[in-house]
Amino acid sequence: MYEIRPRQKLVQADWISYMAERALRSQDGALKRFFETPLPDPGTPIAEVPMVALDMETTGLDERRHGIISIGAVPFTLNRIKLAERRYWVVKPPRPLDEASIAYHHITHSEIANAPDLDAVLDELLEALAGRVVVVHFRNIERPFLDAAVKDRRGEGVMFPMIDTMSLEARMHRQTLWARFRRWLGRPPVSIRLNASRARYGLPAYQGHHALVDAMATAELLQAQISHHYTPDTPLKNIWC
Amino acid sequence: MEVELLEIRQHMGQFPPFDGLSDELLDTIAEHVEVRYFKTGSEILKLDQSLTELCYIRSGAVEVYRRQGELYNRLGEGDIFGHFSLLRNHKVRLPATAIEDTLIYFISGAVFKRLCEEDDNFADFVELERPRLETVAEQQKKSNDMMVTRIRKLVTRYPVMVESTTSVQQAARQVSDAQASAVLVINEGSNNPRYSFQDSEGKTWQMCGILTDSDFRTRIVAEGLSAQTPIGDVVSERLITIQSDASIYEAMLTMLRSNVHHLPVLYRQRPVGVVHLSDIIRYETHSGLYLVSNIFNQSSAQGLAKLLPDVRAAFVRMVQEGANSQMVGSALSTIGRSFTRRLLELAEEALGPPPVPYCYMVNGSMARNEQSIVTDQDNALILSDDFNPAEHDAYFHALAAFVSDGLDACGYTYCKGDVMATNRQWRQPLNVWKSYFKEWMANPTPEKLLHSSIFFDLDSIYGEDHFVEALQDLIAETAPQSPLFLAAMARNALNRTPPLGFFRTFVMEKDGKHNNSINLKRRGTAPMVDLVRVHALACGSKAQNSFKRLEDISHTQLLATGVSDKLSYALEFLCMSRIRHQVIDLEEDRMPDNNIEPENVEDSERHTLKDAFQVLSNAQKFLKFRYPMPAQRQGR
Repeated sequence: MYEIRPRQKLVQADWISYMAERALRSQDGALKRFFETPLPDPGTPIAEVPMVALDMETTGLDERRHGIISIGAVPFTLNRIKLAERRYWVVKPPRPLDEASIAYHHITHSEIANAPDLDAVLDELLEALAGRVVVVHFRNIERPFLDAAVKDRRGEGVMFPMIDTMSLEARMHRQTLWARFRRWLGRPPVSIRLNASRARYGLPAYQGHHALVDAMATAELLQAQISHHYTPDTPLKNIWC
Repeated sequence: MEVELLEIRQHMGQFPPFDGLSDELLDTIAEHVEVRYFKTGSEILKLDQSLTELCYIRSGAVEVYRRQGELYNRLGEGDIFGHFSLLRNHKVRLPATAIEDTLIYFISGAVFKRLCEEDDNFADFVELERPRLETVAEQQKKSNDMMVTRIRKLVTRYPVMVESTTSVQQAARQVSDAQASAVLVINEGSNNPRYSFQDSEGKTWQMCGILTDSDFRTRIVAEGLSAQTPIGDVVSERLITIQSDASIYEAMLTMLRSNVHHLPVLYRQRPVGVVHLSDIIRYETHSGLYLVSNIFNQSSAQGLAKLLPDVRAAFVRMVQEGANSQMVGSALSTIGRSFTRRLLELAEEALGPPPVPYCYMVNGSMARNEQSIVTDQDNALILSDDFNPAEHDAYFHALAAFVSDGLDACGYTYCKGDVMATNRQWRQPLNVWKSYFKEWMANPTPEKLLHSSIFFDLDSIYGEDHFVEALQDLIAETAPQSPLFLAAMARNALNRTPPLGFFRTFVMEKDGKHNNSINLKRRGTAPMVDLVRVHALACGSKAQNSFKRLEDISHTQLLATGVSDKLSYALEFLCMSRIRHQVIDLEEDRMPDNNIEPENVEDSERHTLKDAFQVLSNAQKFLKFRYPMPAQRQGR
């Protein structure tokens, strides 16, 4: 199980200025366009925010040693998850794939051998994410992996605000008084992994470990979390990080 | 197909109407689906909002309401809603709310339209009520060969025909030469236009009878007649024929009804062949025919009772062969009638000839030719008006008891309501019976009619048929003029109502309550039959079978155009469902009953059943409105 790292919470105003600053300084065309595309204001009600669920499958957990092998993205709002606009890429990681992760991902050697390097699809990926708030389940994979991979290829990294459904779930189940009381009693912590979290909202179990299926599953989970614990009027700044 | 969409595709592919779609269409849906989560209690569709998408329940549960807030349906995983509105004005007519946390897949109007255009089954499914019932009923009909195969298919050669002046010896020789088993006897002339025809030379002939192998034995040899006797002297005057375009099934029924084994087949009036029972049996070996001839060969009630397993086996086979409910109903009724007839013959053998003429009348499902495998006996005796209770009643009481006991032993249990000829009240001369019916129709109350409505399905099965015909005439003349009577019958027809439908493994009632099983007779076929009877009485129909009654009703203005067809499809489906579940019971070695358990109901069946319940429910509402209680009698 992943550990919850200490939350490096940025102030929302920082995200806007960070994005603006990167837009000014970016040397790479695609990255510049990405940072120039305005994000919704932090005060925007969540119901009006265009979002995109993002999931990556990687060869491991450490961005310094492992690489990305597939990326799935599904644009959505609280009202609709738009499957027709889904995007999916398989990419060839710079380091070889080990047998264990092949079994885990159901992606074969030949699929990866024939896949392009991330650099070839990066412009498309950035375009798919631009102007939308990215939603992930456990940002500590997607954020560092993407940052490191982009830095490798374009000389500068990429960071942006994210809504993390796992951390929203942790707020409910790990950081409440009740959760602390349970821990004090020695009860095992409530699982906040994707499928376990989904089950709490009556969402069906999907076959995991496909980037697009997990992206879709994450989008559904966020819709469920907002409808149970927040309101459509909840401002974006209360949720993103 | 991309892996990520397999999930969606596979899920939809399990549920009707998507289960019948081509892979390509399923892919199209999966690729264009939009998804949204709804928390318990949240509104999915609001009344009158505009709607451009079909809703598919991926998980959770949804309730759909009518405009007035009345529950319309409760839906679960794999169900769809919104199609009624989508097919009409794109305004939501039936609002929907999530009653559990629910994930909805939205299918765009454009994709929906394409599905309707490219897949007929899908289009039928989403159309309201009638087409699905109609389709199912039609498919059942089509799948049955015997129902549609014409009897001429079994005619392989011309009939042996001789003039009535031919000697019986000469005729017998011709029959033998042709390796036939019957000869048709013809005459020159045409006094009987029904059976007259012209030969190739333009000469007019008429058929005057048939002489079979067994007739040669019983009518000629056993009687000691000379071989030179003209065949016209011994031929039977009773001539039962069938048209060449009638179905094999009709031919079978004609044989069963008339207890004959040879049927001359006519093309218009010209005989084209003779069909023997064995021809049909060879064609359709698994019919109830053997059984019926077996019934007439039994010489005791005990012997008859031993045939019970055969009845069940014949029933199961018929259903498995794809018979529709009318075929099953009439075959089982024919079997039941045969039992009764044979018992009466045996009773007369034991008790001697009846002191006065009588008619053995059946009521209820046997009279309607709609008998099922689970049935009790409903019968009565109509005696000649010469009946003198002191002198004659002992005989008829004994006769009635003999038959009732025998029927009970054969699986036709005693009637719980005591509608049996053993009950003195139902063993009366014709004039008393007439006064019963006059009283029921002239001074009706729903309470009084509750137990006598069964007599309004009536048929003769033995003896003086015209006694029952007199009663049928009386009813047909009086009932249409008796609004109070019709209102009382209508009131009673509303006592039993259908459920709303199914939800998961439960039967769902209109108030949203759940039950584990449903009595399909009490909640489906019986109220439908009651309802049809009221309309049939109102239009003076003398038909007893519900489908025939509906046909009569359709020629009147009683129901809006198309409604009687709708009712007929719904009744067919309800009957068939009940029959199929009785077969399941028999196959699993349980006593068959009228209950169906939702877990045994297939997906497609539950949708169609729901439609049938809806048709019934609407028809009941109309019945109440069509036959109101006249004002002066209300409040009694």
